[in-house]
Amino acid sequence: MNLKLPAPVSFAAGLAPALAAGWLLFPRLLYEEVPQPLPFSHEAHAEAAGTTCDGCHALGPDGRFAGVPRVEACAGCHAEKGGSPGVDALVEGYVTPGREVPWLFAARQPDNVFFPHAPHLALAKLECARCHGPQGKSAEARPFARNRISGESRDVWGPSIVRRKANAWDGMKMADCIRCHREAGRESACLDCHK
Amino acid sequence: MEPTANPRERRHRYGMVIDLDRCTGCGACTVACSVENNVPPPPERSTERTGVVWIRVSEAQDPRPAGARSVFVPVPCQQCDDPPCEKVCPQRAVELDPKTGIVAQVAVRCLGCRYCMAACPYHARSFNWFRPEWPDGTAALLNPDVSVRQRGTVEKCSFCAGRLQAAKAKAAAAGSREIDPADYVPACVEACPSRAIVFGDLEDPSSEVARLARESESFRLLPALGTRPKVLYRSVEPWVRASLSQPEVSRG
Repeated sequence: MNLKLPAPVSFAAGLAPALAAGWLLFPRLLYEEVPQPLPFSHEAHAEAAGTTCDGCHALGPDGRFAGVPRVEACAGCHAEKGGSPGVDALVEGYVTPGREVPWLFAARQPDNVFFPHAPHLALAKLECARCHGPQGKSAEARPFARNRISGESRDVWGPSIVRRKANAWDGMKMADCIRCHREAGRESACLDCHK
Repeated sequence: MEPTANPRERRHRYGMVIDLDRCTGCGACTVACSVENNVPPPPERSTERTGVVWIRVSEAQDPRPAGARSVFVPVPCQQCDDPPCEKVCPQRAVELDPKTGIVAQVAVRCLGCRYCMAACPYHARSFNWFRPEWPDGTAALLNPDVSVRQRGTVEKCSFCAGRLQAAKAKAAAAGSREIDPADYVPACVEACPSRAIVFGDLEDPSSEVARLARESESFRLLPALGTRPKVLYRSVEPWVRASLSQPEVSRG
């Protein structure tokens, strides 16, 4: 059979599967979903524990970000089992033995970056949500999307595989940092952020 | 990218003056530097030429026929104002930061061609011939403010840029863009038991380092090359000054 298609049609017939493979299959191949050790609702905790981010995620006096609260903070309310299977797992697995919860941090920068929160918060007066999105309103912890090659979080690249920025907080590659720094008229050198 | 001038940011030119009359050659600076900057212990098969060192302590002999004396010379990256390594790098992995005067070596950009090592007249750069390995348990003691360089890349002294970043973060938390000079002292300066190294901002005329740099006993290594280092040396001995400033004599 000698099938003759017009050139644009055969081009599209080749391009479509290639794009589908690159945009749909490749991200699934590259990233694996790792569940968080425990379920967590920012929304529920904001009602009980306070509505500002720095109530739990504070800066130390040396300007370093203290990250997530330690397990003692959880124990303040969750000393005993009951309420939900998540609370039971927390008390049984971490509070009672005094073990820290091994949360997986989606917003962690790769090892070659020194990212200080202090200048962004104290000097530039940015809102947390500017870079982190509406995390504080989330009802459940997102599973961690791990790059199978580098081990880094999917948040570094951003949710869109073609790097289309739907939100200001999508992506945390160097280009994303530089875009904002340029808009603010900041002068940059490698050593400002790289270590 | 062209840097845009920002009036809020003050310029610094960090530098150091090393007093050779005080240096005893003990090597504490080298050890402190390696610990601070995550330089891995050398594998057994490494040699003097294949090891990694950010501040090596050389010895210079009195070249005169009757002279039997020698002097120890700690040589970190000389942090040139006109760095030859920056010009030859095909990757732009070397960058002179105009805000601090520090010559940055960005390990993840480096492709390991070693042009910079050929260009550096001070032999201040090292190539990672081996995969960095830490003996059992010691990996947990790595400095989190300095990234570990992989095999096949070049590295060198950064004037402890990790400490500068930490000092900046601390200042920012207090609402300031200017660091407290006491918060930014390189590890070698801190470790030197005879206090031979003075570190500070050469741009600030009232700083001790700027005052020492102006004195006639202070000199630079190989000044004829025009690299304009921000690491200066000083000695009251004329033969030390003469032999270290002239390439012909210092080879000995």
